[in-house]
Amino acid sequence: MNGQDGADGTVGGATALSVRGLGKRFGDRIAFEDVSFEVGFGEVFGFLGPNGAGKTTIVRTLGALIEPTSGSATVAGVPLTPQNGVELRRRIAVMPESPGLYLRLSVTENLSCFADLYEVPDPRDRIEQALRAVHLADRSRDPCGTLSKGLRQRVALARALLANPEVLFLDEPTAGLDPAAIRDVHGLIHDLRKHGVTIFLTTHRLEEAERLCDRVAILNTTLRTIGRPDELRDRLFGKTLMVRTLAPLPDPGRVFAGLAAVDGWHQDGPAGYVLSVSEPAIAAPAVTRAVVAAGIDVRSISDSRHSLEDVYLELIGADGEASRR
Amino acid sequence: MSMSTRRIRAIFIKELREYCRNGSIVAAMAVIPCIFLIQPLIQVFALPASASIQLRHENSLLYLLAIPAIVPALVAAYAVVGEREQGTLEPTLTTPIRRDEFLLAKALASLAPSVVVAYAVYAVFLACVALFAPEAVASALLRWPEIIAQVLFTPLIAAWSIWIGIGISARSNDIRVAQQLGALASLPTVAVTSLIAFNVIHATLGVALAAAALLLLVDALGWRAASATFNREQLIAGTR
Repeated sequence: MNGQDGADGTVGGATALSVRGLGKRFGDRIAFEDVSFEVGFGEVFGFLGPNGAGKTTIVRTLGALIEPTSGSATVAGVPLTPQNGVELRRRIAVMPESPGLYLRLSVTENLSCFADLYEVPDPRDRIEQALRAVHLADRSRDPCGTLSKGLRQRVALARALLANPEVLFLDEPTAGLDPAAIRDVHGLIHDLRKHGVTIFLTTHRLEEAERLCDRVAILNTTLRTIGRPDELRDRLFGKTLMVRTLAPLPDPGRVFAGLAAVDGWHQDGPAGYVLSVSEPAIAAPAVTRAVVAAGIDVRSISDSRHSLEDVYLELIGADGEASRR
Repeated sequence: MSMSTRRIRAIFIKELREYCRNGSIVAAMAVIPCIFLIQPLIQVFALPASASIQLRHENSLLYLLAIPAIVPALVAAYAVVGEREQGTLEPTLTTPIRRDEFLLAKALASLAPSVVVAYAVYAVFLACVALFAPEAVASALLRWPEIIAQVLFTPLIAAWSIWIGIGISARSNDIRVAQQLGALASLPTVAVTSLIAFNVIHATLGVALAAAALLLLVDALGWRAASATFNREQLIAGTR
């Protein structure tokens, strides 16, 4: 984690985002409900969920574009109320899924307009800094309509950086980009993180969240879970060791019984064993010794890592099954 | 609640840049005034000198007030729905800009080119009449009260059309539909100016003052009405 010390991601109690029981309905349709979480300053917080889960609506709500129907929130120290909309928007920046650039205007003309909307001091310097940050200084005079999708996304990111936001909302920043452009955007997010910008990232891309985020939340209208990716894996799946041997163990029950930190086991193929363990670092040497003592060579032994995708599918899949029942 | 001139100027300049580079808006601003210019010019040049007696009792030049009624409605209709269609509305509205700043900037950006075009067309018309029309016809047409009326009423009528256009734009999902509705909504104004031009409504100083006062009032109300139709949440979330 960078820059925070609390389990909730806060630094000495200071939070960039504090959300309590937030909800939004459009008529009878619930966009999201009863959402609560906190994000610390300097944290990269991932928000995951399927289409229609309410991710974008939450971003719009926290960006004071949409009024919540229930709950409360504080964004960059400003309570989320209709009266505080201008002050709140002064402290944040939102990069929507679509770059939303004025395609007939040049890159600099686009940024100049937004620098004035944020009333940025020394707009020329700030625009140059933002363009350098996204490696676009040499394209500043190009009309945005002539740029590729990846470059437009970079311009949108430069626009979001103009006002030095305390909280930066990135709504699916890599949607529809090719792998090279995705790598570029990830690099930019890493750079921002180094500079201590609080980032609220909504994404479908689970490997992206796992790679970039300090903590993630999974939303499916309601908040399904929240925590560090490794915490979520442990919470949902427990810890396991995957043991592969050169030949099947004659009596695996006897070999694994009573070993330190091993809680149980099951077979995975003729010469594979999945062990439930409380502490992999203690269990692995003991298991290796026991297998060798049984006269069988160990081919491999490893932590069985569940990915964030497994966590996501477990939770969202459970929601799908519940709704079908 | 104070308004930021810097934010208003930012949208104003951005709009003017966009208009200049948008072929359909440039075409609308060029073609419509020409339609209104050519017909009266042909008519004036075809008039014999004897027609000047009749012309002195008419206000035919006020016919050109249709230009500030129609042109800005077409431009203003683009104001909100145009931003929605190109996906720029959400990033713009997530900045600290206030609703009134946004609308005022949009209105001024529609007003400036529309008034310039209307004045330019009127100036061309006056110059053509002064240079090429029979002298009696020219002296019957070029009357100061009418010229002053044209100068004063052009921005007032344009402002009214702009607020209608922006109001329609804020409730539309399609630029073309917004422009068609905007043009349609400006027709009553065109009808009134035409009735005055053709002397059906007799123009007097009193009528002019009353009309100016009325237009000022409806312009102020138009801003309020356009402001009421502009709802960030509805525009962003697409709800009604």
